[in-house]
Amino acid sequence: MEYTVRHLLKEGDRVTGCVAYTRVDGDFHAFSAKSVILATGGITRCWSVCSGSWEYTGDGHALALWAGAELRDMEFVQFHPTGMVWPPSVRGILVTEGVRGEGGRLTNSEGDRFMFNYVPEMFAGDHAETIEESDQWVEEVVSGKLATVRRPPELLTRDVVAKAINSEVKAGRGSPHGGAFLDISHRGEEAILKKLPSMHHQFKELAGVDISKEPMEVGPTAHYVMGGVRVNAETQESNVPGLFACGEVASGLHGANRLGGNSLSDLITFGKRAGEHAAKRAEDLAQPGIEDTQVQSAIEIMLAPLNREGGENPGLIYDEMRDMMQAKVGIIRTKEEMTEAMADLLAFNKRQEACFPGSSRKYNSGWHQALDLKNMVDVSTAATLAALTREESRGGHTRDDFPGEIEAWGKILNIIYMEDGEIKIRQEDVEPMREDLSEAITEVKTMIAERAAEQAGGGN
Amino acid sequence: MGLKGKTQDFNIMRGEGEDAKLESFSIELDEGMVVLDCVHRIQHEQQPDLAVRWNCKAGKCGSCSAEINGRPRLMCMTRMSDVVEETPEGQAIEIRPMKAFPHVKDLVTDVSWNYDVAQRIKPINGPETMDWEFNQMEADRVQQFRECIECFLCVNTCHVLRDHALFDDFAGPRNLVRLAQYEMHPLDTEDRIPEIKKEFGVEYCNITRCCTEVCPAGIQITDDAIIQLKERVVDRYYDPLQRIWRTITRQNVRY
Ligand SMILES: Cc1cc2nc3c(=O)[nH]c(=O)nc-3n(C[C@H](O)[C@H](O)[C@H](O)COP(=O)(O)OP(=O)(O)OC[C@H]3O[C@@H](n4cnc5c(N)ncnc54)[C@H](O)[C@@H]3O)c2cc1C
Ligand code: SF4
Ligand code: SF4
Ligand code: FES
Repeated sequence: MEYTVRHLLKEGDRVTGCVAYTRVDGDFHAFSAKSVILATGGITRCWSVCSGSWEYTGDGHALALWAGAELRDMEFVQFHPTGMVWPPSVRGILVTEGVRGEGGRLTNSEGDRFMFNYVPEMFAGDHAETIEESDQWVEEVVSGKLATVRRPPELLTRDVVAKAINSEVKAGRGSPHGGAFLDISHRGEEAILKKLPSMHHQFKELAGVDISKEPMEVGPTAHYVMGGVRVNAETQESNVPGLFACGEVASGLHGANRLGGNSLSDLITFGKRAGEHAAKRAEDLAQPGIEDTQVQSAIEIMLAPLNREGGENPGLIYDEMRDMMQAKVGIIRTKEEMTEAMADLLAFNKRQEACFPGSSRKYNSGWHQALDLKNMVDVSTAATLAALTREESRGGHTRDDFPGEIEAWGKILNIIYMEDGEIKIRQEDVEPMREDLSEAITEVKTMIAERAAEQAGGGN
Repeated sequence: MGLKGKTQDFNIMRGEGEDAKLESFSIELDEGMVVLDCVHRIQHEQQPDLAVRWNCKAGKCGSCSAEINGRPRLMCMTRMSDVVEETPEGQAIEIRPMKAFPHVKDLVTDVSWNYDVAQRIKPINGPETMDWEFNQMEADRVQQFRECIECFLCVNTCHVLRDHALFDDFAGPRNLVRLAQYEMHPLDTEDRIPEIKKEFGVEYCNITRCCTEVCPAGIQITDDAIIQLKERVVDRYYDPLQRIWRTITRQNVRY
């Protein structure tokens, strides 16, 4: 239990296993494997306001990069619009989209339902234009009916809502602790306790707020990375033979912006595919051997922090690096800040190489963190480099100096790879979608349009 | 009320096994902190190798269980404002690992016994076809058991394990909750009553309700899970009418 993989073993081009340590006693273990599947989740711990747990340190992204695999779309990081903002210790913890799905209203300090002012052109006409229409949608949907009117603008895509809250705060119309108000109290205590029990509990216990009586304060929180290991969509195999990836560590499926709920369906579908193809590959292979020199060098790297005489507390570097990423590669980005961030990351890399977590191998949280720092530096560098390169705004990537989408960029992928120990970037054209898939999508779109037209005609 | 700027002393268990002892730390507090924040602050500012398990920081994963001022609680859901209030002025707040489990280091214990017991429980045996139905009331009855976050605070508190160490004879409240969840599932066809009586030792529980009191998920462990199981055991083994009925109907019961 509690094994942490730190290194992928290779033989020539292909992956042949991995080396891990156990958190509890710091023992090292080497595994020989015909196929390896990365399923390590996301990277959002690289930002100080995030919804993920401590595990979201991008281990799999880094392992893949170090093993010669390519990453793509690393500039696309999703900031969920509704994280808790107060008290400081819970900042970032997720407030489920369910609150808005159940009719939650976003307001600013002046009491305005500001989302009505932030409907982007591409969604114009898709959302309710009045409070009455919004309320009717909620009423219909919560009573299990098919909606006959348009949904509230609070349910626009996450990037839109997150940026809207950000703008309101910047314009001086934020809530007392720098967010927006999210109010569900009009649904009444009974409905709230039934439909949103864990949110009720979370706010009551951690913020002393009773959401059945008063509004919550919410603000954007780093939530999901669309980018990750570049894989073959059919097999989930990366460009390194034998190395597969699925879930949040893989990429491609969600483009520049994931829709709510789509991660779990991704996991189920592509997790299964990864497993099947990894198993199929393993069928025809002999069990690879374990090369001792590779294992020894991996162990040496892992032990390095413990063998230092002294140095900075890794926790301090961790906190400062996350604050830096939040400030300079956050929800709204500029060239200046990201150029600074690249330089800062070099400095953080130097500092992590000299940190000292104490010398014990037994459940040493500082040591675990010291090792994570290396991934975090590399993954943050990958995300920053890609974001600096993409001179447009699209999905989860917003440039203050390049607002709006640029069509040409829509056809280009940023590919991150490692060469001679250095993280590099190059561009490739987006692969065209498989014909049957693009037909299926057109079909669904037509169906939705037809249904909407029918409802508009038949209803009100 | 305000915590900001207040300096607070802590006594925290440090070390392994026999050598573990309380060590003193002092940090400055911030508004809205929970106990886990304080442990992290000590870790990040003073003692990087301080061992503590945690994950979600929102009371959902059950990994940060500890004994705070002697009371078993989740560190991430225990607000400093409450703990400061309950601690006599000038005294240090004490944080110890759960006592009932083997100590690993500092605040970390080895809770794998619970998983071993869980492995011995027969899984749900449901219908193969999809044409089943059950009513909402039946679903509601088992719903609360699914709220369990496996913090094992209940196990840590139960005197059968904590004081009498009957780990070989008693499944502990958490796994009795699991057994109740399976047994009461409207579609389940498996029979676990014999082992609930014998190897899982439901009769060792003497309904003190200490487990229910500490459950952060608010599960009515004693009344809704354990007593239900006890009743089923009594029905099966001690109720003569039931016994005769079963012989007549030749139900296949393994004793
Ligand atoms: C608060 C929150 C709510 C969400 N709600 C939804 C939702 O409602 N719907 C939806 O579709 N999506 C949701 N998401 C997104 C979705 O949950 C995640 O994208 C998804 O869980 C990722 O799954 P995964 O299997 O890729 O990785 P994870 O579930 O993150 O699992 C990764 C695992 O890998 C382990 N690991 C990491 N590094 C190593 C290593 N080096 N060695 C060994 N093990 C390692 C980790 O410990 C972890 O167990 C939510 C995310 C968050 C944070
Ligand atoms: S009610 Fe039973 S299981 Fe719960 S603490 Fe008391 S003896 Fe243990
Ligand atoms: S029953 Fe309650 S106390 Fe016991 S493990 Fe589950 S959540 Fe924790
Ligand atoms: S950290 Fe998850 S319950 Fe406390």
